[in-house]
Amino acid sequence: MIDTLSEMFSYAFIVRAFIVGLLISLCSSLLGVSLVLKRYSMIGDGLSHVGFGALAVAAALSAAPLSVAVPAVVVAAFVLLRISENTKIKGDAAIALISTSSLAIGVAVVSLTTGMNTDVCNYMFGSILAMSKSDVNLSAALAVCVLILFVVFYNKIFAVTFDETFARATGVKTGIYNMLIAFLTAITIALGMRMMGALLISSLIIFPALTAMRVFKKFKSVTICAAIISVICFFAGIVCSYLYATPAGASVVIINIAAFLLFSAAGFARRRFRSKTFFKRGQI
Amino acid sequence: MSLIACKNASFGYEGNAVIGNLDFEINPGDYLCIVGENGSGKSTLIKGLLGLKTAVGGNVFISKEFCLNQTGYLPQQTAAQKDFPASVYEAVISGRLGQRGFLPFYSRKDKYAAQENMRSLNIWDLRNKCYAELSGGQQRRTLLARALCAAGKLLLLDEPASGLDPTATREMYGLIKTLNAGGMSIIMVSHDINAALKCASHILHLQKCGAAQNLNCQNTQAFFGKTQDYIKSSVAADFTGGKIYD
Repeated sequence: MIDTLSEMFSYAFIVRAFIVGLLISLCSSLLGVSLVLKRYSMIGDGLSHVGFGALAVAAALSAAPLSVAVPAVVVAAFVLLRISENTKIKGDAAIALISTSSLAIGVAVVSLTTGMNTDVCNYMFGSILAMSKSDVNLSAALAVCVLILFVVFYNKIFAVTFDETFARATGVKTGIYNMLIAFLTAITIALGMRMMGALLISSLIIFPALTAMRVFKKFKSVTICAAIISVICFFAGIVCSYLYATPAGASVVIINIAAFLLFSAAGFARRRFRSKTFFKRGQI
Repeated sequence: MSLIACKNASFGYEGNAVIGNLDFEINPGDYLCIVGENGSGKSTLIKGLLGLKTAVGGNVFISKEFCLNQTGYLPQQTAAQKDFPASVYEAVISGRLGQRGFLPFYSRKDKYAAQENMRSLNIWDLRNKCYAELSGGQQRRTLLARALCAAGKLLLLDEPASGLDPTATREMYGLIKTLNAGGMSIIMVSHDINAALKCASHILHLQKCGAAQNLNCQNTQAFFGKTQDYIKSSVAADFTGGKIYD
């Protein structure tokens, strides 16, 4: 085991991917708790499709991929938030609208310029080789910013998630914090999708939060547990991907599914055990 | 000096008044109960007073010594998100956030205030329980403790006893009465007219306006004044069917 690990980390590209991936899975799991509870799970999916469109356009213009994708996804996040707040188009329909539009634009741009090649495949399903050195620096810096902002505004994010009306009524500027959540999510997705792939990145947001909620019942413990689960699953996924030569993104998601099933079983067992003891006490 | 005064104020949606021409004021220590049939705009008025809606017309004066960050609000019973993982303590202390401004973390004072409020409402022992797994009465008390954390001088309560059994309802009204006796001003929306008449010092009665589809309502205020005067009024007689139980 140790031999495999040391062999694995002797490759510079794996170390790079590993550092970035660890930071991204940490950020996405933290934000995921709030997004899942606000019923915004699909925003991650929609934004990743926007990211795909942006990457295709960046490739066509031969620009640096992240410098196009990050702003595009951030703008899309704000538009989505605005639409679901104000207009008659409901949130889920708005997400479907924007994600399929940008997917179509992305595919059209790709086929007009480079054609469907391995690059496109990498955008869709992710590649561990996709991270260049400058990408890594940018990703690491942004991911650290996301982490710091999340910790600083943790209490506000809880209030806005738990009861937005009350928070607004008592003078919390909920608009700003909703935008903050959207902004952080957008950055996380734009950074993570190169490795995880446009089709799989949203699972990094949704799975850890749902898994943690099977067992834990407090916001703080769910958040912490989701972060730990996410990091462990990412680590295990990358090792599996190295051992069996499977794509990194897919391997991480599969490990996440396993963790979800495990925690569901644990939560079920715990509830059963509890109701049984309660019943016994009632009889006496 | 009144805390809140409405002069000819109207509230509604998209520039269209649902409640119109309100004239009332709340002084420190008052216990105002807003009554009226379903759809007469009671919850809209609460939202207006909280600043979630701006008045469509007229004026709302809010005294300087008391600003929005000092109002406690108990929302109407909503279908609580069934799987929301939040402990009672986390929910209660989030009431202090409005006063923190942009400061990120809770101070020792905030934690102390949360603890005091939970003790006074007898939910301190539940502080590590999951909010979603509590009984209806315990959930209402949790949200009341949160409102108290946010409140300086005024509590706005939207149907505080809805969905509670008779014992829990009595307890809830008792708690509110105690708070009022301690100097807290209260504005409460309630369907329970008998409880309202028993507890409140003032009554504001809203009526539905006759206009089609509630467009540009005017004169929806049927009564405002002291409770004793309300009991004698014809509005009360119509509303309660002439029977007011003690």
